[in-house]
Amino acid sequence: MTNLSKPLLVGDPQSQRRGSRGVEFIKSALRNRLAALGVLIVGLLIVAAILAPWLAPYAPEVQFSSDARQPPSLQYLFGTDIIGRDNFSRILYGTRVSLLVGVASMVLAATLGITIGLVAGYYGGRLDAVLMRTMDALLAFPAVLLAIFIISVLGPSLLNAILAVGIVYMPSFARLVRANAISIREKEYLESARAVGLSDIHIMGRVILLNSLSPIVVQFSLGVGYAILVEAGLSFLGLGVQPPTPAWGSMLGYGRNYMSIAPWLTAFPGLAIFVTVLGFNFVGDGLREALDPHMRRI
Amino acid sequence: MQQYILRRLIQMAFVLFLFSTVVFTVLRLVPGDPVAAQLGLEAGQEAYDQLRQEMGLDKPIYVQYMVWLGEISRGDFGTSWRSHQTAISLIQRRFPATIWLTLSAMTIGLIISVPLGIVSGVRPRSALAHFATFFSLVGIALPSFWLGLMLLLTLSVSLRWLPPSGYISPLVDPVMGLKFLAMPSVTLGIGLAAPLTRFIRSGMLDVMNADYIRTARAKGLIDRLIIFRHALKNAMLSVVTIFGVLLGSLLGGSIITESVFNWPGIGTLLLQAIQQRDYGIVQGVVLFISLIFMTVNLLVDLTYAYIDPRIRYQ
Repeated sequence: MTNLSKPLLVGDPQSQRRGSRGVEFIKSALRNRLAALGVLIVGLLIVAAILAPWLAPYAPEVQFSSDARQPPSLQYLFGTDIIGRDNFSRILYGTRVSLLVGVASMVLAATLGITIGLVAGYYGGRLDAVLMRTMDALLAFPAVLLAIFIISVLGPSLLNAILAVGIVYMPSFARLVRANAISIREKEYLESARAVGLSDIHIMGRVILLNSLSPIVVQFSLGVGYAILVEAGLSFLGLGVQPPTPAWGSMLGYGRNYMSIAPWLTAFPGLAIFVTVLGFNFVGDGLREALDPHMRRI
Repeated sequence: MQQYILRRLIQMAFVLFLFSTVVFTVLRLVPGDPVAAQLGLEAGQEAYDQLRQEMGLDKPIYVQYMVWLGEISRGDFGTSWRSHQTAISLIQRRFPATIWLTLSAMTIGLIISVPLGIVSGVRPRSALAHFATFFSLVGIALPSFWLGLMLLLTLSVSLRWLPPSGYISPLVDPVMGLKFLAMPSVTLGIGLAAPLTRFIRSGMLDVMNADYIRTARAKGLIDRLIIFRHALKNAMLSVVTIFGVLLGSLLGGSIITESVFNWPGIGTLLLQAIQQRDYGIVQGVVLFISLIFMTVNLLVDLTYAYIDPRIRYQ
């Protein structure tokens, strides 16, 4: 870090530089605080997802018909829906769907993308061309539309939402790993690895993958936020998680029909999505800051 | 340059061919019989066979594929399996609404992001810069459908200032047209402005620290001249890419925002076709959108050469 103990001199030709470094320092501290906030949010979400049955005041599917359409109160923190289900409990359970889709689709995207990127970057040549042109073709289509097209073929469900988001996000991992593989391919330590007689799979798995780990981690955590947003959008359109499973996106889609009589049904699930995505983005930005100084300002 | 454009066009044609093959194959694998779906349960065998023949589904799959390729190359993107309207005629009817929405959302996005990005890049310690950071962090995480619904709730349901949904061309009725446009384009515009602000800011930050800006300062040029003549043009280079991607996906119809406001654009056309399992329209719209997306990306790459004379395409 910058030497902060040294006072800045006015009129010092270097002061401009130091000034901007000072700004960098303040900004990175601010970012780190945001990262800490992100970790806190994500931590709370994980707790909420695991402990939902114990934390939720009511079961998510129980209908209190006499208490239908209640505005938020102490008894029903986020109000109740049209058939009297507790909104707060349903949102709590919805955390499970969002985190599941977010993480599972990124695991899928990373597994496929990393494999393709490694193979393309390490072997190069025609295989590389074919694989990467396919990835480019996937990117030659707006992401949400591609996900919707995949869903329209496979049919709407939780599993298919995970598949769709995973496929849409796969090229980002493939490109990233391929670029790393190419830059490492010609390095001397790789040559020595070959000389020692390590197999291709060993070299790809151990040497190249380990060297690309930090950008992968960053991409993964930013991707989770993105995946949650896309899944919520799909479910909102009725193309993702199907009722009665409580998912934030489908709760929003349901609530929009009753906006004038029960606005809390749209307000709270949306807020939950927003805070969750914000949390994962803060963590991702923080990780990028810590692991990848080249991309600091983007 | 001409050679470059030609090569890109050939590339585009190849990707489109690839896409159409994938779309053709995939839609034939979808469970369900399109003929039965159209006729209903009561239809007799004769009517079934006749329709099957009309739709060309009685021919072997490779003949169907050839027919499909021939149609695409003539600009025929398919016919609805339900209403017998061509995909192109439906797209033509829906595209103006999407263009209006795209243009006004882009305008709002740029009005917010350009000044915010420039100021926070040039004066990174100012209050406005902090606001810009806050705005882009929030804007990126904000689900567009939720923002849209909240706007609906306040401006339309509670205050009754704006109509909740609908569309009329601003050329036909400027006042009503703009009233209908307001909420959807603000929703999309904020979604655009958030990432754009971030990119413009980081572009400006990089450029403002460059040597030639110091030289310009040393020459005694005033700040405004430095920013607008020297810095902005270079900072915009990275912005153009992201702008192109955003523009391309907007022109393809923002399904979610269009659906929130019942906007009769390309996005809702695709959504309805999917919900009605009208794959004749789905395949046409999907191809149309990828064509638009690729065209915009090509135009963006050509804009580079204009902005940055160092770039020469071979």
